[in-house]
Amino acid sequence: MAEVTLKSVFKSFGSTRVVHGVDVSIADGEFCVLVGPSGCGKSTLLRMIAGLEEIGAGEIAIGGRVVNNIAPKERDIAMVFQNYALYPHMTVHDNMAFSLKLAGEPAEAIRKRVEEAAQILGLMEYLQRYPRQLSGGQRQRVAMGRAIVRKPQVFLFDEPLSNLDAKLRVQMRTEIKALHQRLKTTSIYVTHDQIEAMTMADKIVVMNGGNVEQIGGPLALYDNPANLFVAGFIGSPAMNFLPGRVRRADGAHTVTVGPDVEFPAPPGASIDAGREVIVGVRPEHLRVSDDGVPVEVVVVEPTGADTQIFCKLADNDINAVVRERHEFHPGENIRLKPQLTYIFDPASGARLA
Amino acid sequence: MSVSRFFNNRNTLGLMFMVPAGALLLVFLTYPLGLGTWLGFTDAKIGRSGQWVGLENFIFLFGDSVARLSLFNTLFYTLVASVIKFLLGLWLALLLNKHLPFQAFVRAVVLLPFIVPTALSALAFWWLYDAQFSVLSWALIKMGLIDEYVIFLGDPWLARFSTIAANIWRGVPFVAITLLAGLQTISPSLYEAASLDGATEWQRFWHVTLPMLTPIIAVVMTFSVLFTFTDFQLIYVLTRGGPLNATHLMATLSFQRAILGGALGEGAALATSMVPFLLAAIMFSYFGLQRRAWQQGGSDK
Repeated sequence: MAEVTLKSVFKSFGSTRVVHGVDVSIADGEFCVLVGPSGCGKSTLLRMIAGLEEIGAGEIAIGGRVVNNIAPKERDIAMVFQNYALYPHMTVHDNMAFSLKLAGEPAEAIRKRVEEAAQILGLMEYLQRYPRQLSGGQRQRVAMGRAIVRKPQVFLFDEPLSNLDAKLRVQMRTEIKALHQRLKTTSIYVTHDQIEAMTMADKIVVMNGGNVEQIGGPLALYDNPANLFVAGFIGSPAMNFLPGRVRRADGAHTVTVGPDVEFPAPPGASIDAGREVIVGVRPEHLRVSDDGVPVEVVVVEPTGADTQIFCKLADNDINAVVRERHEFHPGENIRLKPQLTYIFDPASGARLA
Repeated sequence: MSVSRFFNNRNTLGLMFMVPAGALLLVFLTYPLGLGTWLGFTDAKIGRSGQWVGLENFIFLFGDSVARLSLFNTLFYTLVASVIKFLLGLWLALLLNKHLPFQAFVRAVVLLPFIVPTALSALAFWWLYDAQFSVLSWALIKMGLIDEYVIFLGDPWLARFSTIAANIWRGVPFVAITLLAGLQTISPSLYEAASLDGATEWQRFWHVTLPMLTPIIAVVMTFSVLFTFTDFQLIYVLTRGGPLNATHLMATLSFQRAILGGALGEGAALATSMVPFLLAAIMFSYFGLQRRAWQQGGSDK
């Protein structure tokens, strides 16, 4: 068990800079998720922590020890790969035992630890099988088993669920979280799926274009996104963004989005009147109400638990998720009332209120 | 009506499509092989069709010291050349698999010895090994390592090793390029996983590369052994089996007995005796390495 700290870590491949100065500190026992769109540098960052990529500049420390010049095998970490990277010529048992054998552990100790891990992961009856005889989920478990038998200080996960089908992905997500709660080993998990990030993480690092956009707990990021990118990336369906202009009326701010369409600004906001802004509102924060803003229904998608309504507001798309059931038809005019809004600067993307 | 029905029948059509390939195999493969085997059991000579003599030729060859020597030579030639070709080929493949400058060019150059016609490269080696004009001897003398020209092809053991060296030079590219293709199918993440598991470079080679490469090694080495065992051109150009039959392989001796000596039956019997050895080599790789191929995703048998 150990904390992991990254101090202004840089990386470029040739002339392409992929990581531009990342500072993150991950506490002992924490489950940290690096999330971002593809090409944001999250995997490169993970591989630098693992020692599979050289660190361009900056410093990475695991358990207080700077590991910049330490070989991967000396870093006391274990990694679960996206394609599992199981040794096809070894049985499940041998796959898990490989690192212990290389470390020269006595056979009895190896057997005990492999069986212990197999017990936890429900792999006892598959120990003598070869990877090709296993299903995707079982291979995934073997890959995790290979990581946990070593009792490393840090687990690294590189998009471990992206090769699984949707149902299995949800199931394995829960299993990984339960495993972490049981073992309490510091974990760093890379994914492009914000739902995975939200459901599993103690701490989320949102990355974009090689930069860290925001670091925080899942709910903190959801409630208080620092900028347009985080606001749009975290939460599903994504937040609606509408360009508008700030107006001051009766001591409160509103944002004019179209003719006679006003969104209330968050309470306590103080922004110059007349300023161009982007107002953001989450689909789940829109409610059907007679005193709301007028919109035109385009598509209605019921999912059972709730209903997603895609609408047009002047030239903008706006999307609402409501719990109650309505009989809306395409082309119908309804009114939506925002419960909670965010205001962003259109140029920098920074949140203003 | 019935004719067009006949030609539209799936089975008839299938058979008809197979006829050209089947005919080629029959005329150019089965017939010569069958004829050769049959000749081995007769006392045919050039210009005289033979009588069936049973195993007489084989019994005679078994007692013939030159034939026995050719068997020894063939086994020795095949064993030494194949082992060295494998080791050198694997080493070269591992080198070529690393990131090199001018990678495509280097890989193409490696194939050169394989592309040059054997007879041509054999002539080049003949010149290299020449008793008076050998550039090898010249270089060794100039370096002060030896005092007089080496007679490469004059001494039995020296001739054996010289022909083996030429065979290796010619055979390594095939092994190297094929193994390189095999190396490139191994997922890099396996090496990353192994290095995180604490494997040194040597352990990664031993526990990942070699087992993953086994199926392709089996195929390549089977071919290599077959080509080497049946080698003819190289020996024929370099030594014609000499000195003192020291480099006579079964193939060259068979040619000498059958065509030059006119004893068709005897030569055919000698050639036929190669078949069991070749079959054994094929069986070994086929059965011995099935499991490895299966583990790595080959079809279920």
